[in-house]
Formats: sequence, C-alpha cells, structure tokens
Amino acid sequence: MLSYFSSLSLASLFRAFPGSIAQGMIWGIMALGVFITFRLLDFADLTVDGSLAFGAAVTVMLIRAGVSPVLATIVAFFAGALAGMITGLLTTGLGIPGILSSILTQISLYSINLNVMGKANQPVSVDNYPLVVSLRYVTGSATSEIIFFVGMIVFLLVLVACLYWFFGTELGHSVRATGCNGNMARAQGINTDFIKVLTLMISNGLVGFCGALYGQFQGAADVNMGRGAIVIGLAAVIIGEVLFGKFAEKKRLAFAWTLIAVILGAIIYYMVYQLVLWLKMPSEDMKLFSAIVVAIFLAIPYLKGKAGKKKGGAK
Amino acid sequence: MSFEKALVIENVQKVFNRGTINEKVALDRLNLELLPGDFITIIGGNGAGKSTMLNAIAGVWPVDEGRIIIDGNDITALSEHKRATYLGRVFQDPMTGTAATMDIEENMALALRRGQKRTLRWGVTRQDRELFREKLQTLGLGLEDRMASKVGLLSGGQRQAITLLMASMKQPKLLLLDEHTAALDPKTAAKVLEISDQIINENHLTAMMVTHNMKDAIAHGNRLIMMHEGHVIYDVRGEEKKNLHVKDLLAKFEEISGAEFANDRMMLS
Repeated sequence: MLSYFSSLSLASLFRAFPGSIAQGMIWGIMALGVFITFRLLDFADLTVDGSLAFGAAVTVMLIRAGVSPVLATIVAFFAGALAGMITGLLTTGLGIPGILSSILTQISLYSINLNVMGKANQPVSVDNYPLVVSLRYVTGSATSEIIFFVGMIVFLLVLVACLYWFFGTELGHSVRATGCNGNMARAQGINTDFIKVLTLMISNGLVGFCGALYGQFQGAADVNMGRGAIVIGLAAVIIGEVLFGKFAEKKRLAFAWTLIAVILGAIIYYMVYQLVLWLKMPSEDMKLFSAIVVAIFLAIPYLKGKAGKKKGGAK
Repeated sequence: MSFEKALVIENVQKVFNRGTINEKVALDRLNLELLPGDFITIIGGNGAGKSTMLNAIAGVWPVDEGRIIIDGNDITALSEHKRATYLGRVFQDPMTGTAATMDIEENMALALRRGQKRTLRWGVTRQDRELFREKLQTLGLGLEDRMASKVGLLSGGQRQAITLLMASMKQPKLLLLDEHTAALDPKTAAKVLEISDQIINENHLTAMMVTHNMKDAIAHGNRLIMMHEGHVIYDVRGEEKKNLHVKDLLAKFEEISGAEFANDRMMLS
C-alpha cells in the first residue's frame, strides 16, 4: 500500500496534464459534433467511430503524399461530412432505423479506412511534415506550447461562434425543430429528411476534422482510433452539462456557453482519464470505466424523474 | 361555379394494413368540397375517418386512390412538408404543435417562414418580434411578455393558443383543427375554441374542425358533416345547421348508419 502511494509522483501527473488538456481540446471538436446529433437532432449517431478514423486516415495519407497539412485537415471535414451523408441517406431515403444506419456506415468505414491507408496504421511524423498540431508542440519549448494553446483556444472560440450563429439562423432553427418535434417541423413546411442529412453531415464533418487533428497530434492514423469515440463524445457532452449546464442556462448567449461547456467536458474527461491512469488503473480498463461513467450520468435524469413522481411531484 | 373551390376531395381511398388481419378501410370513396370561407365541423364515431381525413389532406402518408385539390392545386402527390405551404394545422395533443425546447418567438418564427426556403438569415428578427408581440396580445394570455420562454414551460391551453396563431399567421388556404380542444379541461377548451373562432373570422380562413363534442359542432362554423366508415353520411349547412340539436344528430346517425351512437366518447352534454 505504502509502496503504491510512494510510487505516485505528483510531478509526473502535472507534467502529463498539458498533453491531456490538448487532447481534450481536440476531442472537444468531436464532442460538439456528438452534441449536435445527440442533443439537437435527437439522433444517436454511431457513425462517428468510423468518421473519426476516416478523417485521420484521409489526412495522414494526404500529408504523406505531400499535400499541405492545413489543406489535408480541411479535406477531413468533407470526408467526415460524406460519411454523415451516407448515414443520413440510409435512414431518410431507405427507411433504415437511424441507429442501424449509423452502424452500417461505421462498419463499412472500417474497410474503407483500411483501403485508404493500405494497412492498419500509418505514421506521420512531425519531423518530416509541418503538422497543424502535434504532441511535440505541447511538450516542446514554452513558446511552442503557448502558441499551441492560444491557437487552439482561438480556433475553438471561432468554431463556437460559427455554431452559435448557425443555430440561430432559419436553417439552424429548422434543425432544432426537427430534433425536438418532427411532426411540428413538417407541419411548418420543414423538409425534415433534408435537415437530418444536413445535420449529420455537419456533425460528422466536425468529427472527421477532429480525427485529422488527433491523427497528427499522436503522429499516426490507426484504423482502431475511433473505436468507442461515441462514448467519449457522450461523456464530454454529459460532463459539460452536469458541471456547467445550470451556469450556461442563466447566461446571455446561453447556447454559446453550452457549446463551451461541451468542450470543457471533453477537457475534463481527458484530465480525469490521465488522473485515473496515474493512479495505475490498467489502461485496458479505461473503456469500461468510460462506459460506466456515461451510463451513470445518462441514467441520472431518468432516475431523478422517477423519484420525483413517487414523491407526488407529477402534475 | 364562378369561383375556385377551397378544397376538393375526390374519391379518396385509404386502407391501412392491407392484406393483413388488421386491414382497415379508413377512408372509403370519400368525397367533399369546401368553398372559400367555409368553417366546417366534423363529427362521427371512433374510427369513422375524421382524423384520417385531415391526415390525408396534410399528407402524413400518401392516399391509395383519389385526388386532393386545394385552391385549384392538386396536392395529392406532394410530401407533407410541401403541403404545409397551404395548410395550418392544430393537433389534439398540445405537445404536437410546438417545439418544447424552443422559445415562443422561435416557434412563431418557424411558422412565419412556412412555405419559404429556410436560409442562413437570422431566425428571429426584431421585426418578427414586434409582429409576434402584437399577435400574442390578441390572445389576452399575457404571453407577449414571455416571448423568450421555452414553450415547454407553458400549459396545454397556452400551447394550443400559440399553435393556433402559428397555424394562421401565414394565411393558410385551409386550417385543420384535429380535436384540438379534446385534451384540455372544459374551461380552457372553451377559451381555445373562442380564440379559434376569432382567428378564423379575422383572417377569413377556410377551416375544418374535428370534434367529439356535438354541441361545439353545432355552435361553431357554417357547415357540419357527420362521417361513418370512411365517408360523409350527413352534410348540413346554414340555417338548417344552426337549428340542429344534439338529439337530431343522434337520430340522424342512427337512421343513416343503423347503429347505436353511444359506443364512444361522443359527448351528449
């Protein structure tokens, strides 16, 4: 016991935190994508496991082929959007239940990613290419670390501003109405099928973009890198809502704060992840740990509602 | 026939679960014509096809046969969201007509853009807000001061009142009221009916109202139809309708359908 505690070094934990915060920021983009489908469109989209790796695969291969990393990263958005479009068309055009459509896309992306990369894993080294992001920037000199974090924060704020704007437009309102009440949306002349496809494209575009950054960050694209991504995305959304939901609601620009809360959720997820690893929990158990955390937090509102009814809280 | 019919339903047929033991002929050679400005109330037993008829007009699913023409436009092949251009709809369940997680003004803005392309312009403009405030004031429910509240926080009656405003705001060719007071308490139901009358009169709308309450069916509108087994079995208008009594309707039903009318929620009060 004593040897366990004495083996824990606070210094090593703090050395690891910048890396996990950076990782959380990158995954925050993915969490925004999950938030858009899961919360706004009310669609449990498992495409993301595939589109994350797809974005990474496409970008890494493009960079290796000599394309500029910035351009290659932008292409990943469209690659992800394409994956989202397939899921959307499967469910709206062919009547396949949404969650199953997304699983079909996800599974096919596994093969597609192997084809894109030619094998299961393709490295891309920051030594050879001017990558957009890299763990090396974080662990390197203080200057490169500051540039990285300032850059990320600015980018995330711009992204939040774009999404805030979009969901305040007529089109964005249509997305929210479609997610909240499809009957109402159609009665108001909204083409809910089109809106679903569009929203899945935006969401998976963000996820593909996240994959592109994450692939560069860790220096490789891997066919398995998206496995369980949906759970991490959900965890981020839920952590953000639980910790900052009440705070965000009361603010002016509440929706923008909600988006920021989701990103913070992703950052906190990775800090806790680091902490748990530091406590020497075996890394192979981490997915189980994440799933349990998500299950608990998803269950809380339901159980609270049930308890409320028992007390005669129902009107 | 000097002017266009507001609505023509021509030989419409709809069968649910065709070829199974649950096969149900919901609309059976249904024919109906409405003149502009008609406010028609629709009664009939459960499964008579009242709501099914409104859903056929709204395009919730395609009909098997026949044509539906609104204001001279054949809409039979149009999808639900395209038909919305012509229609205002209020549903039985107050939850159905509005988006609970969105603000009152956002809901109304969605309705204000019915029939238009949704663009990247701002969803609710200052101008919109002024219009909504005016419209909400006419309800007399104090909602004009709560325009940024989530609709989910409102009562069923308030939600139906807003849905009525939303349905009428773009001057629909036809207003479809599908038992829109059935889920409300009697006092609220009366208020919502009063608002319905007011909105229909002020905007000179053509309207169809399904109701289980025969008294309401007689008291509102200029024409009353009774449905049975998927078609219209009784059609009365003007003075003749005004002088109807609930017992006349019951007798009429028994005479035409040869069945007892007391098998459902039909209210005698």
